[in-house]
Amino acid sequence: MKAITVIGARLLQTAFVLLAVITILFFMFRLMPGSPLAAYIDPNFTPEQQAALMARFGLDQPLWRQYLIYLGNLMQGDLGESFFYRQPVAERVLALLPNTLILTFTSLIVAYVFGVLAGAYLAWKRGSVVEQVGVPLVLTTRAMPEFWLGMLLLAVFSFGMGWFPAGGTRPPGAEYDTLWALYTSADFWWHMTLPVLTLAIYSQGLPLLLMRSNMMDVMREDFVTMARIKGLSTFSVVIRHAARNALLPVMTSFAIAVGYQIQGNVVVETVFSWPGLGRELVRAVSTADYPLAQGAFLMIAVVVILMNLVADLLYAALDPRVTRE
Amino acid sequence: MMGSIRLPLHDPLAVIGLGIYLFFIFMAVFAPYIATHDPNEILFTSEFALAADLTPGTEGYILGTTTLGRDIFSQIVWGARSALLIGLTAAFMVALIGSIVGIVAGYFGGWVDTVLMRLADVAFGIPFLPFVIVLAAFLEPSIWNVVIAMALVLWRDTGRVIRSQTLTLRNRVYVEAARVSGSSDLKIILRHIAPNVLPLSFLYGSIAIGWAILTEASISFLGFGDPDSISWGYMLQDAFASQALSKGSYYWFVPPGFLIILIVSAGFFISRGYEQILFPKLDR
Repeated sequence: MKAITVIGARLLQTAFVLLAVITILFFMFRLMPGSPLAAYIDPNFTPEQQAALMARFGLDQPLWRQYLIYLGNLMQGDLGESFFYRQPVAERVLALLPNTLILTFTSLIVAYVFGVLAGAYLAWKRGSVVEQVGVPLVLTTRAMPEFWLGMLLLAVFSFGMGWFPAGGTRPPGAEYDTLWALYTSADFWWHMTLPVLTLAIYSQGLPLLLMRSNMMDVMREDFVTMARIKGLSTFSVVIRHAARNALLPVMTSFAIAVGYQIQGNVVVETVFSWPGLGRELVRAVSTADYPLAQGAFLMIAVVVILMNLVADLLYAALDPRVTRE
Repeated sequence: MMGSIRLPLHDPLAVIGLGIYLFFIFMAVFAPYIATHDPNEILFTSEFALAADLTPGTEGYILGTTTLGRDIFSQIVWGARSALLIGLTAAFMVALIGSIVGIVAGYFGGWVDTVLMRLADVAFGIPFLPFVIVLAAFLEPSIWNVVIAMALVLWRDTGRVIRSQTLTLRNRVYVEAARVSGSSDLKIILRHIAPNVLPLSFLYGSIAIGWAILTEASISFLGFGDPDSISWGYMLQDAFASQALSKGSYYWFVPPGFLIILIVSAGFFISRGYEQILFPKLDR
């Protein structure tokens, strides 16, 4: 199979999954208890507003027509009107997306840098006490509830020592002219330290364990033995030869990790009052702001699906057997 | 391979994991005898004031009391029940559905396989925790929401692995022989395929227990849990909402998290033991 065919097939598959998830989302919110109108119309809207929304989403039409109208609106980026904010859901969700993405990527980069180094180290120290203690310890960090770790860090470093702020993205009253000014401000990064630490401690286990087992595989390959026979130092063998080859599959897992992390962000964003998609989803669901809940869910799902695609393509690119089949 | 549905007693970590499980099973079964108070009862001090935020040891409360005057130790003990109940049922559902899907897809192949595997693709596209939140909000609050959500979404991992295992089994000589001698598909699956994929189902089941407990904790923490059942996640939510962090009430929010870590990592340790039975290559 040609590379183009593989990419085409993957894109088609992704489009199918996206459509399926959108469909599930549509029916989930239509079949919920209460009036089907509740998904789009707040009882507090004025009769004119209600009538306008009825027409916009075709809520007086049969379900299949509503579904088509919903798809059509979605194509045009129309996700409805938030009950709480009285503003288009799409606007609100897009405004929160950067906060979530910055948090996710920063924490994963920290987690991967640490995980790759520590994983290589543990593979090198195979059979030693360091490894015998290290591996169960890493498994234990995977077993932590992320929000509990966040609570602990908050109690110790924010409320206890007073080193870090307790939540949000900026000090009360601080204003920034542009989003860019906010994201590049020291305050923003200061506020992000504890959430990043929380997510990073939880996420480092995956790259660490992957790196370790890849390293152990690679170290048994002929070219590593060759390098040893040539008399290269252990350090040189580990870094120059084994680590480079073990690294590629770990990098592929980064995309998958982004997808997983963005779902888990829901709790950590809530603990740290981080204004991202996850916290917004929780708030929207508990205040019955259904259009906003659908929008936030859809946005998170899109990131997950895109990251699955990226992982598939990376995997195909790195492993020639997939394209050569 | 059939003999590998045994406990992984060769691996010290797995033995520790099994020990932890026995400890929690004991705690869950004998909760009414171990707990010192009714976990929901609002308690009063000897001076008839609300027993709020008492530190451990005060007036005989082993781990102190919550802001609403409830005994923390008793909540911890009863929490083991919800954790085990949710963990084991959810893991059973995930392993069962995943195994059935995987075996059917792998054994029959063709359009059945295509349909089931595209369904798995879709399940991989659903963000799990957000899905549980929305489901929990629409259904009546209940501890079973987590189990339902896991059964609907998380069979995907088990399903894919069991499918590829079934694919290799399908072409084995003894399966061919059974087919030629006229055995029905059902008989071949039950006699030759299922017993051989069972260890894999166990492996994924033991990982799913941890996932279920963590998910329940997250959902309860976010306020979508069952208000009538005491779980460790609920305790953490209670502590968080009652400003336990700023009050420095570590005795309140550290123990539930610690027990979650203990029971979830026990599942990981046991699953590693199974992995070494299943894939001896790793055992080096």
